[in-house]
Amino acid sequence: MPVENSGLAVLSDQLVLVTVLLYVFAMIGYALDLGFGRPRSRARAAGAEAGADAGTEVRADAVLATVGGGAAPPAGGAAGPAGASAETAEAVEAAGRDVPVEKEPSSWASRAGTVAVVLTWLGWAAHLSAVLTRGISVDRWPWGNMYEFVVAMCLAAVTAFLFMDLRYRVRFLGAFVTVAAALGLGFSVKYLEVQAGPVVPALNSYWIAIHVSAAIIASGLFTVAGVCGILYLVRKDTALRLPSREDLDRIAHRAIVFSFPIWTFAVIAGALWADKAWGRYWGWDPKEVWAFITWIAYAAYLHARATAGFKGRAAMIVQLIAFACLLFNLVGVNVFIGGLHSYAEVPG
Amino acid sequence: MSETERTGRAGVAVETPSPAGQKPAVRPASFGAVAWARWFWRTLTSMRTALILLFLFALASIPGSLWPQRGIADAKVAQYFRDDPGLAEWLDRFWLFDVFRAPWFAAIYLLLFVSLIGCVLPRAATHLRELRRKPPAPPRNLVRLPHHASFDASLTVEEAAARLRARRYRVTTGPGWVSAEKGYLRETGNLMFHVALVGILVAVAMGALYGYRGNVLVVEGEGFSNTVAAYDRYIPGQQVNAESLEPFSFTVDDFQATYIAQGERRGQPLDYSAKLKVTDAPGAAERDYTLKVNEPLDVDGTLTYLIDHGYAPTFKITDGKGQVAYDGPVPCLVAQPSTFTSECTIKVPDAQPQQLGILMGFLPSGVPMGGEWVSVFPGAANPLAQVYGVFAGDLGMGNGRPQSVYQLDPESLKKMKPLVMKAGELPAGQKPDLPGGAGAPVTQADPLAVGQKLDLPGGAGSIEFTGVKEWVALQITHDPGRMPALVFSALAVLGLVLSLTVRRRRVWVRVKNEAVATGEPDGSAPGLRHIEVGGLTRTEGGDFGEEFAGVVAALNPGVKDAR
Repeated sequence: MPVENSGLAVLSDQLVLVTVLLYVFAMIGYALDLGFGRPRSRARAAGAEAGADAGTEVRADAVLATVGGGAAPPAGGAAGPAGASAETAEAVEAAGRDVPVEKEPSSWASRAGTVAVVLTWLGWAAHLSAVLTRGISVDRWPWGNMYEFVVAMCLAAVTAFLFMDLRYRVRFLGAFVTVAAALGLGFSVKYLEVQAGPVVPALNSYWIAIHVSAAIIASGLFTVAGVCGILYLVRKDTALRLPSREDLDRIAHRAIVFSFPIWTFAVIAGALWADKAWGRYWGWDPKEVWAFITWIAYAAYLHARATAGFKGRAAMIVQLIAFACLLFNLVGVNVFIGGLHSYAEVPG
Repeated sequence: MSETERTGRAGVAVETPSPAGQKPAVRPASFGAVAWARWFWRTLTSMRTALILLFLFALASIPGSLWPQRGIADAKVAQYFRDDPGLAEWLDRFWLFDVFRAPWFAAIYLLLFVSLIGCVLPRAATHLRELRRKPPAPPRNLVRLPHHASFDASLTVEEAAARLRARRYRVTTGPGWVSAEKGYLRETGNLMFHVALVGILVAVAMGALYGYRGNVLVVEGEGFSNTVAAYDRYIPGQQVNAESLEPFSFTVDDFQATYIAQGERRGQPLDYSAKLKVTDAPGAAERDYTLKVNEPLDVDGTLTYLIDHGYAPTFKITDGKGQVAYDGPVPCLVAQPSTFTSECTIKVPDAQPQQLGILMGFLPSGVPMGGEWVSVFPGAANPLAQVYGVFAGDLGMGNGRPQSVYQLDPESLKKMKPLVMKAGELPAGQKPDLPGGAGAPVTQADPLAVGQKLDLPGGAGSIEFTGVKEWVALQITHDPGRMPALVFSALAVLGLVLSLTVRRRRVWVRVKNEAVATGEPDGSAPGLRHIEVGGLTRTEGGDFGEEFAGVVAALNPGVKDAR
């Protein structure tokens, strides 16, 4: 009988609530930044214009920037050539910043954005502590049931966003990622929570650390991509305050390119575990079927994005179908179908 | 099959590999068979078709998760046939209980794989040619490339080539220019990934043809040796020879199940372990092995898994002539997994003067509750055997009809005489027509504890509950495809990572002929030439900007010299 530390388990539950609050406050900050800060699309348009007006001079600057170790933006094309890198887009954005606009954007709004980032990091720390204390309280990996899995998946999504933000400036996604994480956490607390405790023998294996962790990380990244996909379809070309379609497309693609191999690995690790636990590496258990469908759907996205005629909107829709499959595999299979993975312990 | 390569912009002639799969399939004007075949092949191997097939593949898998599948959930399939035979028959006609063995499912994935092979083979040929070819000459105007720089330096073509080679570029030179290319691993990885997928398919097929699977139930103290006859259920692949089974054997000495004893999760299993004595081959030394859920026994690639467990109470049955007609364990089926309330059937064909059939309930932790005895915990804390019915007569075992060992034959049961009954407590489907009045059976209310004996009325003998053992259900699997499948899966992941992270990129350097500044004749100050560098990557994303800056810095160490 493993030692259960109920004090830590209670602390974990409280930390989850703290996390939700912090994410909600952060979301408000991001929203203020988006709503009252500089409209992002206008800045980009300004950058592109400046590039076109300045002509060769800008190009010369770009050359210098390149030599100096920076990035070389293609001459005045916000759309960019097919080979445009993130740096190129950022450089265009930076160029946009240097262009004087009639009215300075309100600085309190951008400060709200900074505060939001800090709040997100605090929330992330609370979130991480919640997962850790849950794990310590039951002396095992803290993703043995659906509640724990969803909490960890939200953590992975926020982590993916925060680390992306360090590198690629994706603050404009903040409001949407934090709201998704807060909703996910709220949902799991309300509908999925089960008392902390040991797992059934089949789950008691080191493979839980490998298979489930990989699935969580991949799901978190897919969530970020899914958020981008929804925004992409929701925004109209005139909605200047929302992030631009190119940005959303780029970030979604990047997240999926990163997470697709991880998901592949998660499926293979699952097969290896099934080989140890159930006597076959692949048996078309409903969870396996849907993991496989999800994998195919993301593979289809990667192919579609590289195929003329499917690029952009169509590829984004494929991506969202894939994300729907992922969510169905997470929730639907456990709730409606069952199967060997049904010890995910959905309450009720 | 993965990515269409992008042609270069700004007048850059980048040779795009154009395998058959990427060309638009033009419908032939003349209707010759060869032309049609070519059109069909082109269409099949086109990216669009591959995409559609991928979608179909995913869609076709969905019914396999919605309806129970044979071989995975046989009991649920049987339930479907009982509940709605008409519907079930129709579903069965469309193979919806065998989706993953259905011809239409096979058609989709075989087409997909043919399409994949048709796409990968020409691409592999193209890639091999590219690997041997030198990087192409630079475009006329390097400044129009997405990445470019120009500066004056004392750089010669040879020096530039050497510096690019040092950065592991493949380099070729011409009059006044250097052309360098890197990132061939992208396409290599892409091809490797797709070939590995075909490999996985082959490995799975190999496992299905040359592997076998079997189930057996073993009671503590009993043994198993790996022969076809020893299995309760044996499912061989088409190419498996019964002689080729790995000749190992083992005895199950002990089985232990551990449960949570208190709290909200009371009764949840924590651990199962079976102590085995294994003989790897006839004549080999015995070794101990602890079989657990995630730790199968591996004898030279044949794996034994612990799948299920249950109780096998032991009984000593004495017949009407005073002889011991049965003495041993009776494996019982679990009726209620949370408490392990089990149902047992004992057939005593050796009993004299009449055969005996006994139906019993087994309660591992029995307590009285409202006049009934129920089990409240899966562990054997207070094992009780509740007699449901004892019948005398012909068990019907010699009539040639197959019988389940876990059930009395219902036809025969109708003709048997009940000796002892627990009123109204027979398992469904096993309730005989009870004779009333004279000759009515003795009723038995309280269950037997270990060591207790029930004397049958009319001197028909006795039943003694002598002890409790447990049984384990084992699955024994031999799948020669599993290691190849693992290797191909690993290759697939490696190929995938390469094809998604490596980028094909080209760098050109042009050294202008005329010197912009003449050097000192004595060589103390080198002459400066105008240098142009252009860079191109054909796949988006990543940090080529940074890398390009690094290349420029390497070509022009004195950055201050840059114009």
